[in-house]
Amino acid sequence: MTTATKSLALLGAVTAAVTAHGVTEAQAQAQEKCYGISLAGENDCAAGPGTTCAGSSTVDYQGNAWKFVAAGTCVTMEKDGGRMGSLEPLDRDLPA
Amino acid sequence: MTGQSAFATALLDPARPTPEGLQNPFGGAVGKRFDVYRNNVAVSLTAALETGFPTVCKLVGDDFFKALAGVYLRANPPSDPRLALYGTTFPGFLARFEPARPYGYLPDVARLDLGLRQSYHAADAAPFDTTGLDPAAVLLLKPRLAPATLILSSHHPVFAIWRFNHEAGAPKPDPAPQDVLIARKGYDPAPHLLPPGGLVLARALKGRLTLAEAMTRTLAAHPTADIAALVTLLFTSGALTNDA
Repeated sequence: MTTATKSLALLGAVTAAVTAHGVTEAQAQAQEKCYGISLAGENDCAAGPGTTCAGSSTVDYQGNAWKFVAAGTCVTMEKDGGRMGSLEPLDRDLPA
Repeated sequence: MTGQSAFATALLDPARPTPEGLQNPFGGAVGKRFDVYRNNVAVSLTAALETGFPTVCKLVGDDFFKALAGVYLRANPPSDPRLALYGTTFPGFLARFEPARPYGYLPDVARLDLGLRQSYHAADAAPFDTTGLDPAAVLLLKPRLAPATLILSSHHPVFAIWRFNHEAGAPKPDPAPQDVLIARKGYDPAPHLLPPGGLVLARALKGRLTLAEAMTRTLAAHPTADIAALVTLLFTSGALTNDA
């Protein structure tokens, strides 16, 4: 490969990557933290053992545990007893 | 032996007598109270290993894993008070542990489980930003791997094994060496299969070489590498940062 075709190949590769990057960034921004909809022990988390995170939410619909959900669906998600998802940490249903 | 080391030794070895100096609330012998405490230590560390190495646990089954954990935790009690970091020497232990020998892929699967956990706890970094730059300008940036980015090179199909155990309907792993990129986009780390050339490219991105130089180096080592796919993977997985 000549130097010219080689830089053209690099340019093409980066163009493809930048385009894909833009798409995933837009998708990432379309996610939001949704508090108060996670069932006990099911909050999204990979923190591992001994943390206050993975599988440690002990009260169902615990207000300070969250799950990622697609933008727009969070606040429309209704749970038992009329509890709604919230974009802010809630002070209800915290473990004693 | 000091009081503390005698206590620690007795805690991990049921054959040892109750450490001296302990008494129950009524001033008598502690009896089974120490046994209960000793049991809780072993059970909690076993549970920590089960949580920390979910793929290994799934591969070997509950009973085998519990037995394995019992041997490991007694030889390698925590050296750090943070339970979330417990088990860093578990992969090496698996490589030397005779009953696990027939399963040569276990140590690398354990490294992948551990890597995902370490990635979770790694420092945050601003995601690589190419906003407003044309591709020619991006080629001149000097990105580096984010602190949460880890690379694992294995003689075994570790990524396929991981996927088979965590994704419904994933294909059965075929024996083949595989490299894995662990990257954390936002809060949750994820493993990605790193195709040929990916190891060279990732290792070249330390903030000193431009993207163009790193790509050229990759193509020199792996002329048939799909460089567009590799760069796309590094960009979209959140593996890079342009933090100085």
